[in-house]
Amino acid sequence: MSANYKLHVNGRTHDVADAWVGESLLYVLRERLGLMGSKGACEQGECGSCSVLLDGDLVCSCLVLAASAVDRPIVTVEGLGERGVPTDLQRAFVDAGGVQCGFCTPGLIVAAHALLERTPDPTLTEIREELSGNLCRCTGYGRIIEAVRRVADERHDRNGQA
Amino acid sequence: MTATDTRAGSLVSTGRIGDSPPRPDGIIKAQGAFAFSSDLPIDGAMWGATLRSPHPYARIVSIDVTPAWKVPGVEAVVTAADVPGKETYGLIAADQPVFASDHVRYVGQPVAAIAADHPETCRRALAAIDVTYEVLEPLLDPEAAIAGDHPPIHPDGNILRHQRIRCGDVDAVGDVVVEGTYEIGMQDQAFLGLEAAVAVPDDDGLGIELHIATQWLHEDRKQVAACLGLADDRVRLVLGGVGGAFGAREDISLQVHACLLALRLRRPVRMAYSRAESFLGHVHRHPAKIWMRHHATADGRLVKVEARFVLDGGAFASTSSAVLLNAITHTQGPYRCLNAVVEGYAVRTNHLPCGAMRGFGVVQACFAHEGQMDRLAAACGLDPVEIRLRNAMETGDPLITGQVMESVAPVARCIRETAALPMPVEAVGQAADSGAQDAMRLPGGAGRTADVGHVRRGIGWGVAMKNLMYSEGFDDYSTARCGLADGVATLKFATAEVGQGFVTIAQQIARTVLGVQTVILEPIDTSIGSAGSTSASRQTWMSGGAVDAACRAVRERLFEHVGAIHGLDPLRLVIDGREVVDSLGDLRVAVDDVTTGVRFEETVEFHHRPTEELDADGQGNCHTAFAFVAHRAVVDVDPDLGLLKVIQVATAQDVGRALNPLSVLGQIEGGISQGLGLAVMEEIVQIDGVVRNASFTDYLLPTFLDMPDVVATLVEEPDPQAPLGAKGAGEPPCISVTPAIVAAVRNALAQFDAEQGRADRPFLARAPIRPSDIAL
Repeated sequence: MSANYKLHVNGRTHDVADAWVGESLLYVLRERLGLMGSKGACEQGECGSCSVLLDGDLVCSCLVLAASAVDRPIVTVEGLGERGVPTDLQRAFVDAGGVQCGFCTPGLIVAAHALLERTPDPTLTEIREELSGNLCRCTGYGRIIEAVRRVADERHDRNGQA
Repeated sequence: MTATDTRAGSLVSTGRIGDSPPRPDGIIKAQGAFAFSSDLPIDGAMWGATLRSPHPYARIVSIDVTPAWKVPGVEAVVTAADVPGKETYGLIAADQPVFASDHVRYVGQPVAAIAADHPETCRRALAAIDVTYEVLEPLLDPEAAIAGDHPPIHPDGNILRHQRIRCGDVDAVGDVVVEGTYEIGMQDQAFLGLEAAVAVPDDDGLGIELHIATQWLHEDRKQVAACLGLADDRVRLVLGGVGGAFGAREDISLQVHACLLALRLRRPVRMAYSRAESFLGHVHRHPAKIWMRHHATADGRLVKVEARFVLDGGAFASTSSAVLLNAITHTQGPYRCLNAVVEGYAVRTNHLPCGAMRGFGVVQACFAHEGQMDRLAAACGLDPVEIRLRNAMETGDPLITGQVMESVAPVARCIRETAALPMPVEAVGQAADSGAQDAMRLPGGAGRTADVGHVRRGIGWGVAMKNLMYSEGFDDYSTARCGLADGVATLKFATAEVGQGFVTIAQQIARTVLGVQTVILEPIDTSIGSAGSTSASRQTWMSGGAVDAACRAVRERLFEHVGAIHGLDPLRLVIDGREVVDSLGDLRVAVDDVTTGVRFEETVEFHHRPTEELDADGQGNCHTAFAFVAHRAVVDVDPDLGLLKVIQVATAQDVGRALNPLSVLGQIEGGISQGLGLAVMEEIVQIDGVVRNASFTDYLLPTFLDMPDVVATLVEEPDPQAPLGAKGAGEPPCISVTPAIVAAVRNALAQFDAEQGRADRPFLARAPIRPSDIAL
C-alpha cells in the first residue's frame, strides 16, 4: 500500500510521494529525503545509531513508521549545527577523541544533545545511563563521556559569566 | 585553534608526530555528513539481496528461481550457474563458493542473489525462491573432525591445519606442575557500520567500480576480479566510508554478489546487510578449547609448557591456518620458557566460518596461559604479580619457535607500571564522582540490584605478547605517494581507514618530515599499489613506514633543489619547523617559499623484513615483531545472583612511541571494551548448527554502563626496527584484559568461598562468564 504524506524535518516540510506505508522513518529520512546522517545498525532500537528527536523526544527512527510521524517536528543530526559550522558538542566529540569510525557518532550527538537539554550538568552516572541506548564499538565510550562533560562544563562557565 | 605557532624563533607546524591533532574527518562524521558505504545513493540503482541456507549441512537437490521473477520489481536473479569466472574465493585457500551449487555447509551460506527496485521487493522475492534440500548430518564437534569420525564435509577435508611445536627438552619435568582446560566462545566483531557497497558497471559492461567498506582493497580486487572473470585492471575499488572493521572485513562478503548483479543489469546495484544477515555474512573469532600444562621450578620459574589447541574454523578456511599459527606460537605468552610441546588443530565444521578478529588467535592463547600463570602462582605460593615478574620475557630471549625476541620487550615495566596505577577509591555501590550510593554501580544495575553486603570485590591480572604484522613468509608491504608543491603536501595510499585514525597520523608524518602545515589526502582506492590489510596492528608500522619513506624521498628532492639554488651540499640541509635550514651555516628559508612553482613527487613501497614458515616441529623465524601489554581488572561480584560489574581496568601498554597519544588512548579504551565483552557477555550461540542470537537484542555488547573507568599509561621505548619507533597499538588492548577480568571474578569468588568454608568450586576457565558459572 502506497501513500503520499508530508514530514516536517529540521524546520522544513518535505513531500513524501508514493511511498510504501511499511517504511520506517529511518528509511524515509535516508532514502526518500536524502538525509543520510541517521544510520541504521540494528533495526531493533538497540544501538541508537538512528536517534532523532520527534516532538522533542529522543527516539530510534528505525522503530517509528514514517507515515505515523506526519505533522510532528522531526530533528535529525543535520538539524544540529550547520554544515561546516559544528556545534560545541560536535566539536568536543572530535577534540576529545570521541570519534573513531564515526558510524555511531550522529546518533550519539543527537542523544547527547537531548541529554544536555534536559540535564545541563549531568553526573557521571547520568551520562552513562542516559547514553546507554547508544552503542559504540570503537571507543569504549571514555572519550565520549569526556566530550559531554567538557561541553557541560564549558556551557556552565559561559552561563556563569553571562 | 591557530594553524601555526612560533616556537624557539622558528615557524612550526602544528599536528606533528607526538601531537594529538583532531581527525581530519572528525567534524564531517560528527555532523552526519561523512559518506559510509551504506550512504551512497546513485540514481537508478537497484537493491541487491542474498538468499541464504537455512541448514548447517545439506545437499541442494534443486533451485527454482522462477517464482522470484513473478514478483513485480525484480530485475535480476543469479545463482552459481551465473558466475562467469572462478567459482570460489578465499583469503588463503579459495574454498568458499560464490554461491552454493551442490552442498550448503553452514546456516547462512549464500545460495542466490537478486536485484529489485525496493528492499521490500527483495525480501518478498527471496522468500519466493524454491530450493529443495536433502538435509545431511552436520559435523559440529571439532574433536570428531580431528578423530576422522565424520566423512569430509568439503573436498579439502575436515582438518584446516595441524601444526605442532617441539622445542628444547620435551621430557623436562618441573617441581610444580599445573594444568587446565580453557574454553573461549565465538565472538562477533559487531562493527556498527553494516556490510554495504555500491557496484557501478562500466558503460561497455567490461569493467566495474565497487565502492566498498573493506580492510584491504587490493586483496578484494584480486578475489572479485577472478570470480568475475575480469582482469584486475578492469575492477576498480574505492573505499566507501568504513564503520569499523575489527577483522570482519578482511574476507569477501557481498563484493562479488553486488558486482555480478550490476554487470548483469548494466546498472548500479546497492547492497546492504541487515544486522541479522551480518552475523551470518562475515567470519568470527574462533571458538577454542585449549588444554595447557605448565611445569615450573619450586620458586615459580617456567620449565616447560605443554598445550593442545582446538580451534573451530567453521565451514570454510578463511584465515584459520594463520590464526592457529598465532595461537600456538603464543603458548608461552610474554614469559621466558625454553621447553615446549604444543599440538594445534584448526578444523572444519558446519558452524559459521571463523577467521580474523582483533587479537587473531592470541586472544585465545592468552586466556589459557594467563589462567595457567594464576594456577602456577597459587601452587608456588606466589602473588599473581610476582609470578609474572619472575618470568617476564626480555629482548634477546629465545621463543619456543627458536626465533629470538628482537623487539623491545618491556614486559616487567608494563607489569610494574600497571601495578603502580591507582586503585578505585569508591566502595562497592558508590558513584566515583560524588561518592554517593548509586544502584547503577552495583552488579546487575538498578533492576535486579545486588545486596551491597553480598558483593565481593576481586582483583585479577593479565599480561600479553602480540605479534605485529604478517607472518610465515608473506611478503608484506605498503605503497605511498607523496607530492610537494606550493607549500602543500599531498599523500596517496590505498590504506583502508576503518576508524583507527591512519588518516590523522599520515598527515602528522608529512608535516614533521616536510615542514608543511597543509597535507591533502587523496581518495583511497586501487589506483595506486597495495597498502596491505588494515589488520595485524600493522598500518602504523607499514603504511606509516611507507608514508614516511615517500615524504623523505621528496625531502631529498627538496634539499637538492635548495642546495642547487644556494650552492650548498644538500647533505647540510635539514628541516626545522617549517623551514629548510643549513645545519652548518646561516641559510634559513621557508618551505612554503622554496616550493612555490615547483613540484616534487615520489612513490615508495615499504617492505618489512622477511619471515619464514614453521617447519614440522614448529621451528622458524615466523614473526616480524612483537608488542606487550599488562592489564589489572577490579570486578565486583554477587556470588548469589551470579552478577558482576567491572569497576576499573588499569593498563600499561608497550607502544614503542605514541605518534598520536589521544589516538592510542582510543585504541586502548576501545580494545578494553571488546575484551570486556568477551569476558562477560559476548558469545554467538549456535545450537545444532543454527545461530540463536543474531541480533543486538540477543547478542550483548558493552554499553556506557558496562564500561569501567580505564586508567592507562603508555610505555614508550621506541623500537629501532620500527620505521617511526612506533609499534602497532590496536590489538594488545583487547587481549589480556579478558583473562584479567575472569581472574578478578575468581579472586572475588575465592574470598566468598573462604568465608563460607567451601573448597569445591571448579576453576573458572571460560569466557564469556555466564551467571551460572558464578552462582553454583
